[in-house]
Amino acid sequence: MSKLFDRLVHFDWLIFSITVTLSLLGILTIYSATRMPEYEKTVTYATNVDELNNPNPYLSHQQTKEQNSNQETNAYLKAKVTIRLDLYQKQIIWFFCGIVVFFGILFIDYQWFKRFSYGLYIFSLLLLILVLFIGKNTMGASRWINLGAISFQPTDFFKLTFLFALSAYFVDLKGSKIVETSKSFSGESNGFGGGSNSSGLTARTILKSFFLFVFLPVLLIFKQPDLGSAAIIFITFLFMVLLYGAESRVIKMAIIIGLISLPFLWPLFWENLKDYQKNRIQAFLSEEVDPAGIGYHIKQSKIAIGSGGFSGKGYLKGTQGPLRFLPERHTDFIFASFTEEWGFLGGLIVISLYILYLLRGFETAAKARDDFGRYLASGITILTGIYIFINLGMAMGLAPVVGVPLPFMSYGGSALVSNFAMAGILANIRMRRFEIFY
Amino acid sequence: MVKGKIDKGARTASIVCLILSMVLIIRLFQLCIIEGQNYKKLAESNHQRIIPLEPLRGIIFDRNGIPLVKNMPYFLAVLNIGGERNSSGDINSKEIDEIARLLNISPDEIKERLKNRSSTVTFATKEFEPVVIKEGLTFEEVARIEARHTDFPNLSVTTTAIRRYLYGSVGAHLIGYIGRINEKQWESLRHEGVPPDAFIGQWGIEKIYDKELRGIFGKRIIEVDAFGNELKVLRDVPPVKGKDIRLTIDIELQKALEEAYGEKAGAFVAIKPDTGEILALGSLPSFDPNRFSRGAPPGYWRQLVEDSRAPLLNRAFQSQYPPGSVFKIVTAIAGLEEGIIKPSTTFHCSGGIPFGNRFFRCWKKEGHGQVDLKRALVESCDVYFYEVGKRVGIDKIAKYAMALGLGKASGINLVSEKKGVVPSSEWKLRATGQPWFAGETLSASIGQGYVSATPIQLARLIAIIANDGSMPDLKIILPEGPQISNGVSSEIDRQKFIGGNNPSYFKMGVGISRETLEFIKEALIGVVNEPGGTGGAARLPGIVVAGKTGTAQVISKAIETHKLSEKLRDHAWFVAFAPAREPQIAMAVFVEHGGHGGSGAAPIARKGIEIYFKGSVK
Repeated sequence: MSKLFDRLVHFDWLIFSITVTLSLLGILTIYSATRMPEYEKTVTYATNVDELNNPNPYLSHQQTKEQNSNQETNAYLKAKVTIRLDLYQKQIIWFFCGIVVFFGILFIDYQWFKRFSYGLYIFSLLLLILVLFIGKNTMGASRWINLGAISFQPTDFFKLTFLFALSAYFVDLKGSKIVETSKSFSGESNGFGGGSNSSGLTARTILKSFFLFVFLPVLLIFKQPDLGSAAIIFITFLFMVLLYGAESRVIKMAIIIGLISLPFLWPLFWENLKDYQKNRIQAFLSEEVDPAGIGYHIKQSKIAIGSGGFSGKGYLKGTQGPLRFLPERHTDFIFASFTEEWGFLGGLIVISLYILYLLRGFETAAKARDDFGRYLASGITILTGIYIFINLGMAMGLAPVVGVPLPFMSYGGSALVSNFAMAGILANIRMRRFEIFY
Repeated sequence: MVKGKIDKGARTASIVCLILSMVLIIRLFQLCIIEGQNYKKLAESNHQRIIPLEPLRGIIFDRNGIPLVKNMPYFLAVLNIGGERNSSGDINSKEIDEIARLLNISPDEIKERLKNRSSTVTFATKEFEPVVIKEGLTFEEVARIEARHTDFPNLSVTTTAIRRYLYGSVGAHLIGYIGRINEKQWESLRHEGVPPDAFIGQWGIEKIYDKELRGIFGKRIIEVDAFGNELKVLRDVPPVKGKDIRLTIDIELQKALEEAYGEKAGAFVAIKPDTGEILALGSLPSFDPNRFSRGAPPGYWRQLVEDSRAPLLNRAFQSQYPPGSVFKIVTAIAGLEEGIIKPSTTFHCSGGIPFGNRFFRCWKKEGHGQVDLKRALVESCDVYFYEVGKRVGIDKIAKYAMALGLGKASGINLVSEKKGVVPSSEWKLRATGQPWFAGETLSASIGQGYVSATPIQLARLIAIIANDGSMPDLKIILPEGPQISNGVSSEIDRQKFIGGNNPSYFKMGVGISRETLEFIKEALIGVVNEPGGTGGAARLPGIVVAGKTGTAQVISKAIETHKLSEKLRDHAWFVAFAPAREPQIAMAVFVEHGGHGGSGAAPIARKGIEIYFKGSVK
């Protein structure tokens, strides 16, 4: 009983309320951005035809015809409405799933994840392979696995298992390393925690972990193609390595090798990009070179955000999203849709909530009761943070357009659930920080 | 161990996050607050399409309420291709080929129009705006487009109004025409809400009263989505129909006079003397304004400009000619009013007089013998007026010429109006830097030499005489009329009446005595009705016509007129009013190279007066 009471006391209300607030704002924005604009009878260029000196009987016929075709269009648009309305309703359902997952995870001691980490990792890897073959093809990318009524992205599941496995691996490494460290006393260390006595990762261990946990999945995700997620997983890995600490000569070597191999690797990387991905990068690097008008995305996003002004146009008053000037208005560019209606103030609040979430995540990492908790909490926070900064930077024209969703707010079921799962793990680690090792 | 490291790592990461978030917030501030207004405008222009709503142009009526113009429906085939994202065109060449076949035009023409859309449609068009690919569709073509609507959703028919001038070339110079606004005009009219592709009055009444006739453009702001679909009307400012205008012109009279000219060139102006209303004003040869109604076709325009007979020139007021013997009226009035001659004063005409080292001929070689003033006017004896002019002097003559409105603009806002020349010693010194020579007075007293006047000025002169020495200012439009359904509001427009703001414009500068005027009128009746009168060709049964012929020399007179080639023949003038006792119409008829006024111009005047009193005219 006291244990349960302790847990309630230590339950991280802050993480919970931030994530719920952001998700609800997301649902509101999805509704607004995908709502059908009011549609009225149009709008003939012909003016005052009936006022002409001798009105022509033919003209009235023409007008009735026009009205008929308008009604048809109306019916067509209404049919679309029902599909669209589903989006925010689906998101609500996913939101409740997320809440359930959040609390469900609280009841499992996170040590459980360490125990099953490699198994989960291999399972999620298999899913990534599977999706290449049976994936649902949407807009030239096969990222989804269809399970009857719902479909989910294995990548979202993989992100979790990747962090479990990497954290577990690092903890195992540490355990064996302690001996090493005491042996070679004079090791330098580097990374975030520079100054510690630990010698850090050697080139061998870095390469080993890279090939174990990064190379294959990143390649698979890159092939889907999901450039954004692949890059983020790779970057998360690098940050985790830095956090663990690597030998300084390894870092120096990595930089040199990276610089030398870049000219050889870049064409390889470039050749494997799809055309739209190349266009996005080109459009970002230079506004003049805009091969497929991709700069349009950035421009429309900036227009949406900027036109919000100080306090926004008001909820359901935005035009960029519902009139579809803004592409990906409810997914990757949801921040632009949101800011158009809530303005600088709204944007400021959302950014602050995300920062609060990240700071809380790092604080949780620092306070965790064991190394696995520390690595896992850091990994979750780093991964989420990269998503946040790339997405917001992209929406405001500071980063290239990579299809990266905004955690908690963007439409997307499996992403929302996996984000809630990660938030749940953070809360879990925080809640159990005073509990004695079993 | 790990804990300390993670602690430090977490702190570093938190600081990095805070720095990054500051970057984001600064960027957000820049977008929303600093550049916010700019982005607001961009968002608006994204989803708002502004369509100007063209008002119906006011109708121009003649004085009897007969419409002179009409607005006819006019169909345009319009291609509506999306916004800037697909400026390269989301329409493929196969579709263009099919549309071209449907409309019976070449695919290249469509491509050309699409390519030049910003320049062909207007110079200020947004790329979003639909492109006109064919104008003036027939009903059959409209039906064909409508029938294939599902095949070509981008293709639509737009209806607008076209101006139809019901009397064609009749009165074309006066009524004028409309044409597409040019860039300079647009700069000055844009504040009145005139769109850059509007048609505005470019000539004549259409130009002078353009503001009233045009009405007020409305606009329709339509919400569009990213694909150019029109969703709803955000705001509708309806256009205000232009005001109708009722001219003082009598179109039947105008038509009869123009027909009376036949192939000849010239100009005429008829005035209602008691009101100053212009009953007819024409210039020949004329042109067909209907061919200008959607912008002048280049071929027709060049033809008009290059025509040696200058059909675009409005001879009624845009060119000036020596008034010839018509000017003798002025010389006679000057002599009488200055007390230098009396009606009974006689001079002997022997076919000319020597003056200085020159011999001034009378048009009648054998001479008129002993003539008094009336006879001199009736038979248009030059010698008599040489003698009068010699005695009165040029400056006194100029005074009376000015008083009768010569040398002064008509006061109707006419385009590029000429003012004529009333020579005086002062004028010559100013104009040429040379002193006046007495011999020049002789030429001037019979309306040759430096004297020149426009037809509208001579019409006004004769109308002033017909109306006993004064006349209200000239008018070209009537304030109201029962025939006009929409009612020209009363503010159209006291101001717009010629001299409406200046009512004493034609009050005589010097009073002309009643006796003098009565005498002149009597003499002018004689010109038409007495044996030997030069204006016999204007005589009409039942109506007493008064008039004065004039023959303006093109070259110095030495050869018989009929032997001269057309180009060198004299200009013929005839000024007249009728009925002489209670004048209801006064007119000046000018025939370019028409020869003698009595034979060249008087019959045309007679025709006009005849039609005017036939009862077709009130």
